[in-house]
This record gives sequence, C-alpha cells and structure tokens, in this order.
Amino acid sequence: MKITTKLWIGLGALIVLSPLGLFLPEHFKAGAAWGEWGIDEIKKLAGYVPKGLEKLAQLWNAPLPDYTFKGWEEKGLSHLSFAYIISAIAGMAVTVMVVLLIGKLLARKGK
Amino acid sequence: MHIPDGYLGPATCGFFYALMLPIWTAAAKIVKKTLKAKQVPLLAIGAAFSFVIMMFNVPIPGGSTGHAVGGVLVAILLGPWAACIAITVALVVQALLFGDGGITAIGANCFNMAFVLPLTGYYLYKVLSYNAPLDSNRRVWAAGVAGYIGINVAAFLAGVEFGLQPLLHHTADGQALYSPYGLHIAVPAMAGEHLLIFGWIEAIVTALVIKFLQRQAPELLKEGRG
Repeated sequence: MKITTKLWIGLGALIVLSPLGLFLPEHFKAGAAWGEWGIDEIKKLAGYVPKGLEKLAQLWNAPLPDYTFKGWEEKGLSHLSFAYIISAIAGMAVTVMVVLLIGKLLARKGK
Repeated sequence: MHIPDGYLGPATCGFFYALMLPIWTAAAKIVKKTLKAKQVPLLAIGAAFSFVIMMFNVPIPGGSTGHAVGGVLVAILLGPWAACIAITVALVVQALLFGDGGITAIGANCFNMAFVLPLTGYYLYKVLSYNAPLDSNRRVWAAGVAGYIGINVAAFLAGVEFGLQPLLHHTADGQALYSPYGLHIAVPAMAGEHLLIFGWIEAIVTALVIKFLQRQAPELLKEGRG
C-alpha cells in the first residue's frame, strides 16, 4: 500500500475519533480555550464586556459555528458528535481542495 | 490558540495582516521553486491533518482546553514554507466556515501558528537531528522537542498579543476595549498551559508520526527543504 493511502486512512480514523475533542472536555468539566470565551463568559470572568469586543465579536456569521449546525448548540453530545464529524469531513474536504489547487498552481511539474 | 474576533484591536489586526502579506508572498515564491508536483498530495494530507488535530480539544480538568497544531510535523516533511501555506489554509477554513478564530485575527493567528510555529520547529529539528541516520531514535526525539518548543513559542506570542490589548485600547476610566487581561495575566496563562499540557500533546503527536514514517516511508524524512 502506498504511504499516502495509509495516511488518508489515518485521517479517516481521526475523523471518526474527533468527537473525543468534545467528550474529554465535557467529562473533565473544562471550559473554552483561554481567550476564546463567548460574551457571557467574559462578562462573568472580567465583570464587564469590553465595548470594542462586543461589537467585533459578532462580525462574522460562520455557517457551521463551533463545528456544529446552527440551533444545535443545546442538543446532546450524540447530536453534537454527529455534527462534529460532519464538520471535520467538510472542513478537511475544503482544506484539501484548496491546497491541491494552490499546489497545482505552484508546484514544479513532472518531478 | 485561535484568537477570536473582538479580542485584538484594529491596530494589532492590521499590523499582523501587513506582516503576513510579505510572508505569504515569500512562502509562495519559495514553494514554487522547491515543491515537486508529486509532493502536493502530501501537502494536502498535512493541511487536513493539521485541521483535524486542532479539533481534538484536550481538557485541563476544571479549566480551559487546548490542542496540538501539527505544524511542526508538516514543516519537517515538506519544509517550513510549504507548512506555512498548508496551516494558513486550515486556519482560514476554520475561521470562515466554523468561526474558530476571528476573521480580523487571521493575520495574527497565521503569524503564530502558520509561520512562527513551523519555522521554529523546523530549524530546531534540523539542528537536533543533524547527521542522524534516517531510522535513528534521535530523529524521533528531535521531532518531539521541536514540536514542544514550536507550539510554546506560538502560545507565548499569542499571550503577548492578548496582553498588549488593554495597554493599547482602553476607555478613560480604564476599562479595556478588547481583550481585558494584561501581559501579567495573558502571558503566564497562555505560556503556562502550553508548557504544562498542550506542548506535550504536540510533542507526542509529532514524534509518533515521525516514528511511524521511519518504519513505513523513511524516504519522506530524507529532506524537508524549504
């Protein structure tokens, strides 16, 4: 088997395992990454919401916010895991396509 | 380490976009000279790997979470400039599609994770694995150390970027306009959690994949020229 085939299989395994990135923080009661809090959290932590932060925080409406479907934020872990896997597949597919395109434009041909 | 929108003021956001433009241009030029067409699939795999490994949030019990980036690994295999492009694509997709990392902070996030992290890790690996046989344990150790240091330098920089905000932007009565914590809190928090926990994840991931490739495809370790 070619090494690239093995690596693609490895990536597939990581996709399936990706909900661990949800389960482990949930199990150990860990919150957001440092400096990546939502507006409510920052109000709790700092005692106020910085004005500029409040304005800019809503700047972008991502189609799959936080690797889930809009409106699914409060659903259970099984739903969130499903959305997480779909997000991993979608994100990796777009990433791979963009890199292949850039590679096609940049790389030396025939070598 | 994905700085969201609203945490960095306009000056910092603009500064890092301006800083990254020539870096991205240089990366494109160098990769154009050095990357072979047959390496492109590996670059795509590297970018996808970085994308998905960042979804593996590792908890500090009762505290925050963090993750590996995989950038040092890509740099070891394909060079730091190709890694810069691969990680940049992963970070831009994360920001645009998933709101992970801010649109305004893409410059800063790419500087930390797509430029400094792979570049530091790559040259450290080169020094530590100098003249080491392809199948030697020294290469595995070198990869682990390079991963650990690379992500920690990036985390330290993110801490500095967060920590400068209250100094740069505040109201007359001292309330911060953007990220509210100064250097004395932001730097120890970002540096500390990566030194203690998340740095080791990057180290282990990098070392294990290099070990795997030593057995399966040692030719990939032959050169990772920029």
